[in-house]
Amino acid sequence: MSALRLDIAEKRYPAQAGAPAREIFHEFRLDVDDGAFVVLLGASGLGKTTLLNIVAGLDRDFRGAVRFDEDGKAPRIAYAFQNPRLLPWRTVLENVALVLPAGEEGRRRALDMLGEVGLAELADAYPERLSLGQQRRVALARAFIIEPDLLLMDEPFVSLDEAGAARLRALLRRLLERCPATVLFVTHDSAEAVELASRIVVLEGAPARLARDLPVALTAEEREGEAGHELRRALGGK
Amino acid sequence: MSAAARLGLTATSLLALLLLWQLAAWWIASPLLPDPAAVVEAGMRATRTGVLPSSIAITLGRVAASFLIAMVVGSAIGILLGRSPALNELFGPWVIVLLNLPALVVIILCYVWFGLTEAAAITAVSINKIPNVAVTLREGAAALSRDLDEMARVYRLGPLATLRHVVLPQLVPFFAASARSGLALTWKIVLVVELLGRSNGVGFELQTAFQLFDVATILAYALAFTAVVQFIEVGLMQPWERHAGRWRR
Ligand SMILES: Nc1ncnc2c1ncn2[C@@H]1O[C@H](COP(=O)(O)OP(=O)(O)OP(=O)(O)O)[C@@H](O)[C@H]1O
Ligand SMILES: [Mg+2]
Repeated sequence: MSALRLDIAEKRYPAQAGAPAREIFHEFRLDVDDGAFVVLLGASGLGKTTLLNIVAGLDRDFRGAVRFDEDGKAPRIAYAFQNPRLLPWRTVLENVALVLPAGEEGRRRALDMLGEVGLAELADAYPERLSLGQQRRVALARAFIIEPDLLLMDEPFVSLDEAGAARLRALLRRLLERCPATVLFVTHDSAEAVELASRIVVLEGAPARLARDLPVALTAEEREGEAGHELRRALGGK
Repeated sequence: MSAAARLGLTATSLLALLLLWQLAAWWIASPLLPDPAAVVEAGMRATRTGVLPSSIAITLGRVAASFLIAMVVGSAIGILLGRSPALNELFGPWVIVLLNLPALVVIILCYVWFGLTEAAAITAVSINKIPNVAVTLREGAAALSRDLDEMARVYRLGPLATLRHVVLPQLVPFFAASARSGLALTWKIVLVVELLGRSNGVGFELQTAFQLFDVATILAYALAFTAVVQFIEVGLMQPWERHAGRWRR
């Protein structure tokens, strides 16, 4: 696992055809404890994906610093994107084994992991033949198989029906019990936030700032009960 | 339609063409339009002397060499230009100029500059094909998915694995398109190159037959060579494309 200290002095996108230059973050700080499950809530277009990309090292075009408390060595980072981003020309098994060193050992571990997310039978199928929910499971398997220190998730369960999303949330909790990681989880859905988070951060405005920062110390039953209901209402959800 | 039915239909269609040819040959009754039997006989004669098979082998060798060079060089140029907008602005116009240069001009210049040599012949054919390949692959390289590239970077795939699992598979349709049109273009241009500056190969034999007005031999060479090329297309290219596209829904 890995703590995270994010300090973005400035992140802006240059002006593009039609749109003016936009400052997405200004003097933005976020400290995440080792092992925390931080849910980021915020309106569309605020900069949530931008933030995850900066943490992942995909976007280096900003002023500031990302630090991990990992006694010097870089943490293993896994990223579940807004779309599953599987390779359509590789089988489910190959997609998962891809992120491990090549070889029989990797295939065996990938197969075990597919069993864990309930997709062992589809190991040899190609991703485009899978439902979206199944593709998202493969993306989860790929994320967890590297045993990440830090797991970034960008609305990973969006556009599923409620029952499907609930099953995937349960799967995520199970995988995290087996393989603990610090999680940064972006969503629009306050119910999802209340179910999963150990801390909820609400972003607002342009440039984005921390509007609210709520620790959530509730048991699973409490989240489903009155306390969870209240928290959802406080976040402006149903 | 089943494969067998389609095959039957193709055979019927070709048979009808043959029949038409036979009728026309009867009707015109001139050595300038020999009937199918005469063409087969001319082909047999050239085969017995060994000239037809060796000519086809020589020509196929030239097709293969120039096709390979054109694919490798053209792909490299195309991918480079597709990945780098700056390079594309610098050298894109060159590609357009090459693309619009008539094949005959390239062939003549190659022979003038490098002499009537094998290397000149193969260079001439390659240069005719390179800009087509480059333009097709440039399109493919410019359309590479950023999403998958980011995935590969986050999961630290490394440059070789990224090339093999992420980049090249995205370029397969573009390789296939330029290979298919490339084969068709290359074998036509090779004949012209042989006719103008080589002393063997199908193009050279065609010229000899032309000087003797030996239409039967001309048709025999044309049909034999077309059959070989078709065989390569159906037997090699199509199975490879099917294999590469097996993941599609
Ligand atoms: N490459 C880019 N160039 C210019 N502007 C960009 C770029 N990427 C994102 N933006 C802009 O920056 C803002 C933040 O984008 P971002 O994708 O981070 O938002 P988000 O909070 O993830 O939104 P959503 O919830 O809709 O996914 C948006 O207004 C977007 O239009
Ligand atoms: Mg987003």
